[in-house]
Amino acid sequence: MSEEVHAMVCLDVVKTYGTGELAVRALKGVSLEANFGELLMIVGPSGCGKTTLLSVICGTLRSDGGTISLFGKTISSMPDRDLTAFRARNVGFIFQQFNLVPTLTARENVSIPRLLTGTPYARAQQDAAEILGQVGLAGREESFPSQLSGGQQQRVAISRALVHQPRLIICDEPTASLDSVTGQRAMELLRESARHADRCVIVVTHDSRIFHYADRIIEMDDGLVTKTQNASDYIRDHPHPKSHV
Amino acid sequence: MLRIALLMLFRDRAKYAMLVSGLTFCSLLMSQQAGVFCGIMMWTTATLRNISSPVWVVDAKVQQVNEIIALREIDVQRVRSLPGVAWAVPLFWGLVQARLPDGSFQSVQLTGLDSASFTGRPATMLEGQVEDLRLPNSVIVDQVAVEKLQQKGIAAHIGTTFEINDQEARIVGICHTERSFLGQPYVYTTYERALQYMPSQRKMLAYVLAEPKPGVSPQEVVRQANALPGLRAFDHPTFFRETMIWYIKNTGIPISFGTVVLMGIVVGIAIAGQTFYLFVHDNLRYLAALKAMGAGTAKLVGMVLLQAFSTGFIGYGLGLGLAAIFGNAVLRNGTPPFYMPWQVPVFVGAVIALICCFSAAIGVAKVSRLEAAMVFK
Repeated sequence: MSEEVHAMVCLDVVKTYGTGELAVRALKGVSLEANFGELLMIVGPSGCGKTTLLSVICGTLRSDGGTISLFGKTISSMPDRDLTAFRARNVGFIFQQFNLVPTLTARENVSIPRLLTGTPYARAQQDAAEILGQVGLAGREESFPSQLSGGQQQRVAISRALVHQPRLIICDEPTASLDSVTGQRAMELLRESARHADRCVIVVTHDSRIFHYADRIIEMDDGLVTKTQNASDYIRDHPHPKSHV
Repeated sequence: MLRIALLMLFRDRAKYAMLVSGLTFCSLLMSQQAGVFCGIMMWTTATLRNISSPVWVVDAKVQQVNEIIALREIDVQRVRSLPGVAWAVPLFWGLVQARLPDGSFQSVQLTGLDSASFTGRPATMLEGQVEDLRLPNSVIVDQVAVEKLQQKGIAAHIGTTFEINDQEARIVGICHTERSFLGQPYVYTTYERALQYMPSQRKMLAYVLAEPKPGVSPQEVVRQANALPGLRAFDHPTFFRETMIWYIKNTGIPISFGTVVLMGIVVGIAIAGQTFYLFVHDNLRYLAALKAMGAGTAKLVGMVLLQAFSTGFIGYGLGLGLAAIFGNAVLRNGTPPFYMPWQVPVFVGAVIALICCFSAAIGVAKVSRLEAAMVFK
């Protein structure tokens, strides 16, 4: 597992919440890697540590042990200030509830990552309008989140995650709030964005209907990685009443 | 990101309106009440502003300008004898009832000027001239007298007559004066005629007004006059200050106004603090998302501070503007008093800034403890 050939590498990552008798070991020594140009899915039952792992990978949560490297940089030992700046430049986020600021228009919401990297306001707005056009939201730039459907909000969230050309895109249950058709469209956009030689997309999900968009699927249980398979093998081994197609 | 912070604030209209109205009310209450307080304090020193003299000599027991303990006529000579005094003149000052042409009575502030020099003359003559006081039974009245006569249907102008102690007083001039604490009109006449108007008493001299010789400071004349038994002297600024301090110490005015100002501060803190807390609390999830996306704590704190202080600045401006409108309106009517020295906006601004600091501190505390990872929960 050389750091140069992988977009992301986790080695023996440990995370414990609380102390003493109340301590909960959320991650018990997780090791995994994600490749460039790959869409990696992390699946597993609720409480297995998926979200904790996602938080640790993107650096919003500090691990208690182990190392995490993104694009050859060890972020687990990076000072907070540097880590924040690193995240602003290299990581795009898609949250389960979208977390679009309700008092900002679609264009303003999308422009935030650009503003955080120091882009002038007018330029950031221009870039945001362009990417909104690319995801089919031309003409809705000035709409507020409450004026958009769930699918449109998700596309705004995807635009926000992509606008600053990040190398890692972190998605937490990206289809949980969407109907089947809208969820499929969102995943198509994400898979398309993952097809870059210097980019990687990591998706945490419960939604078996989108498994087939993954290149690889990592299954977790009780704070450990229990299985790593190609998506097609995983789907074959885990048939679901509702088709994975 | 600061622009984004402002957009987040301005577009949350309900909370923004609540924040601004709370701070506006606070700012208005403080500046309006402070303005009225300063206005009352200015009323207490109206005599000093209407009668100009570098040195005032009064009875040794006098503490402020509105307190009259009559002097002897000889005290004018005693002051004139001081080595630093160029000249000294008597001034009569007392309340008297005037009988108006319609038979009603009006209390007036009778001011008797030295007939040779007219020292203490009104600064602004609207009609006529001070020298006409040399005419028989002549008086000069101020604009307050004209207004009060007009309220009774009497058109006051040069030539109008009324009575003081059954003696005729003929208006030969109309002047502008600063309103007195009790609101009575000023009636100017000569010192000798003022003594004729007033019921005779053993001592009737209110003040001796003195001018230092060239090269001698008013403070030096004050020092010399204070050495005279039974007399006390003030230079003009000291008498002004001592008068205001006396009213602050000996009346309930400061406590009354101070209580209202304090209420304004409490209301401001309560409304602004609580609403801003709610604003930050409601946006916490989005702030966490910003933090996850790479906004450092310092940037988020800067956004919160900008939101708090921009609201404070707008509320402060609106409150001060409303207080100025109130002041402008009441100044036309003359009551209640209103005066806004530069210290009032500075004081109110400082208090509003303090409230903003308090409100922002609540937000900053929440933002500083914010875990970016909460956005995944």
